[in-house]
Amino acid sequence: MIDLRQISSLKKITEKGSYLLIGSMVSDRKIESSRLIKEKIPLIAAVANNIGDPQVRNRGTIGGSLSHADPSGDWGPCFLALRGSAVAVSVKGKREINSDHFFTGPFSTALKEGEILEKVMFQIPSGASGYSYIKIERKAGDFATASAAVQLSLDKQGRCSYIGIGLGAVSDRSIRAVKAEKKVVGKQITDDIISEAAESGSQETDPYDDMIRGSAEFKREMIKICIKKALTEAYKMAEGLS
Amino acid sequence: MRKGTPEMNKALKYSIKVRVNGREIITKVDSRLLLSSFLRENLELTGVHVGCDSSNCGACTVLIDGDSVKSCTVFAVQCDGSEITTIEGLSTNGNLHPLQTAFREKHGLQCGFCTPGMIIQGSWLLANKKAETEDQIREGISGNLCRCTGYQNIVDAIMYARDMVSEREDADGE
Repeated sequence: MIDLRQISSLKKITEKGSYLLIGSMVSDRKIESSRLIKEKIPLIAAVANNIGDPQVRNRGTIGGSLSHADPSGDWGPCFLALRGSAVAVSVKGKREINSDHFFTGPFSTALKEGEILEKVMFQIPSGASGYSYIKIERKAGDFATASAAVQLSLDKQGRCSYIGIGLGAVSDRSIRAVKAEKKVVGKQITDDIISEAAESGSQETDPYDDMIRGSAEFKREMIKICIKKALTEAYKMAEGLS
Repeated sequence: MRKGTPEMNKALKYSIKVRVNGREIITKVDSRLLLSSFLRENLELTGVHVGCDSSNCGACTVLIDGDSVKSCTVFAVQCDGSEITTIEGLSTNGNLHPLQTAFREKHGLQCGFCTPGMIIQGSWLLANKKAETEDQIREGISGNLCRCTGYQNIVDAIMYARDMVSEREDADGE
């Protein structure tokens, strides 16, 4: 066990070109209240605000949560929806791990022995963009029963130019709903398209039955609702800006 | 003090310097000793209640450098160089903290098990201006469970303390 507390560079939030860089030891509290994050990528602040309870957010960090890789964690869906990347550092040097390759199983990541997660990089969305994070929880502060993070942009013709859908608690790891994204990207978004995407996203999941948060069948239904709500909210927000 | 298993006694000991309720403490701790155990067993601050030992119930909430945290989910060694406040450290010169007065006045406790955590969390809400509305207070104590389900009086007590503090501040300002 190694204490990283004294490495101040791990606690910084910086803007570099079209990216936001968030140090792995930045607390959820700092993220939810960061003006820079709220202005540049508000989805990240919204997700932070949904984590656990105030004491957990005072202590928890984005890097700690991503490295812990709980399949029901909140940061996974956000990381995937924004197609972020993780910067891992070791005595051998640095490497970037794309969010699509970061989670390798339950509580497992692509980080290798001797590597620490230094920071997470997110591209700042451009144009008319909207976002939403919908999480169904059994009680206040619980891990998700099902959750969906959506980031969406529209081009000048009102067609979807970017869509990221990240899902939590419905597989052995956080997953990106790639097929659902394909139903939406490049199109004028309608209620039908949103329903189709929610259906498709639900089929991409592989939830497990559990005694506390419900059956696999229940979670498949719940994730459909999460995707539908998140897509609708994100689209309305983007449309309002375009 | 806990004796521990022979394996635990062989665990590495680390020197830490912490300030707990204003008192400086320099000691050695096992790397895996929880802050809640350190406070309760090594320092006999038994106002730090341990309800679940898994970051759910919030009874063990303390302030580390002003931030409210659940002490069952922090290692003592991680607090080296920090300032810690427990329920025992809230009163000043024998005068109750406004929240302690408010919990008494408004019957904000029944069995009392959750109370230290509720009051510490309440103090963090007040200090950070996160107790402006009833909704904000309810969200603010969402990590603290009261199994007597006496939430309404707890919320009332925090509102009462908030108003007491702001009246005092107004009076001081004049």
